[in-house]
Amino acid sequence: MWAVALLVFREVLEAALIVSVVAAATRGVLRRGWFVGGGIALGIFGAVLVALSADLLAAAFSGVGQELFNAGVLLAAVLMIGWHVLWMSSHGRELSRQMQVLGNAVHSGASSLGLLLAVVALAVLREGSEVVLFLYGMRAGGAEHLWAGLSIGVVAGAALGFALYAGLLRIPLRHFFGATNAMLVLLAAGLASTAARYLIQADLLPAWGHQLWDSSWLLGNGSLLGQTAHILVGYDAQPAGMQLVFYAVTLGALGVGARWIQRKRRPAPIVAVSDATSLS
Amino acid sequence: MKRLLPLVLAILLPLLASAADAPSYTLTLKDHRYQPNELRIPANVRIKLELINQDPSPEEFESNDFPAEKIVMPNSRISLFIGPFKPGRYRFYGDFHQPTAQGMLVVE
Repeated sequence: MWAVALLVFREVLEAALIVSVVAAATRGVLRRGWFVGGGIALGIFGAVLVALSADLLAAAFSGVGQELFNAGVLLAAVLMIGWHVLWMSSHGRELSRQMQVLGNAVHSGASSLGLLLAVVALAVLREGSEVVLFLYGMRAGGAEHLWAGLSIGVVAGAALGFALYAGLLRIPLRHFFGATNAMLVLLAAGLASTAARYLIQADLLPAWGHQLWDSSWLLGNGSLLGQTAHILVGYDAQPAGMQLVFYAVTLGALGVGARWIQRKRRPAPIVAVSDATSLS
Repeated sequence: MKRLLPLVLAILLPLLASAADAPSYTLTLKDHRYQPNELRIPANVRIKLELINQDPSPEEFESNDFPAEKIVMPNSRISLFIGPFKPGRYRFYGDFHQPTAQGMLVVE
């Protein structure tokens, strides 16, 4: 039972951490609960589908279907998170001002909420399909207390996710979206780096240095803290050069993009004022 | 510019390198155990690892000591690329049956 609980816990934790950051980042948006809940439900449904077609997936693309699939799911999530981050950099200030004035619920207009639903679904799908395959094997092997183990794992993993969410909500409103946006950027960069790792494993990408450093003496990939850091900020104890490239490109693109959008939106009133003074 | 040339080459050359001709080693999973459970491989080369699962349940080949994560379905086989390694011992396991599915890469 504990072996089952532990594996389920680790998979659920990975998805739960992503869901918590997304849930926090969409704080105050109307009907957000439905979107997050819908994303989770969709993800579970997708996880079962993926597990059912695992045989097909394994054989696809002369054996590298699994790596391509994982990398594809991860990079799709990176794109969606990226889009949301850029959208927030032009609307975030407005959103937190509205929230301060109106209390909690605001209409987000044409927000990128749908994209974040997809991010939640993809996170649950990726980790969930492993849980489904694992449970299938355990059931075939006649393991006992399967449901008890599953429940303990899910509850424990989700509890840590909630803890992170509750912690994030304590950030003062003025800095809130800045903080959650930064977390989303780090999350996306980490997912991009993991995608690169899959592609290197399949020999579809060069590694550009197979192991740039080894910090597993400090924080191992397999430890709970290492795994948490892996999801939240993309920590890897033995990263390849290409992973770093993916990480840096994501970080750079979102950082530069967000700043560019902010600058484009801000100057309008200042220009008007300076025009007026030069005329007088 | 001349000083940059070695750097540019160092970045570009691995682009062309491929692990397609990497030496191949085979592991077999039976009764949720790796056979052999100690696999000897040479140091400093990329390895193509073939994994045959003879069990009726899926397994996930995984390690915390080197990057590797791939599911192998019941009664089927997969391959993945690992290494290059410095000499030493590297633990790997089967994520779905950790009590029994434990193995070691011995790199010499």
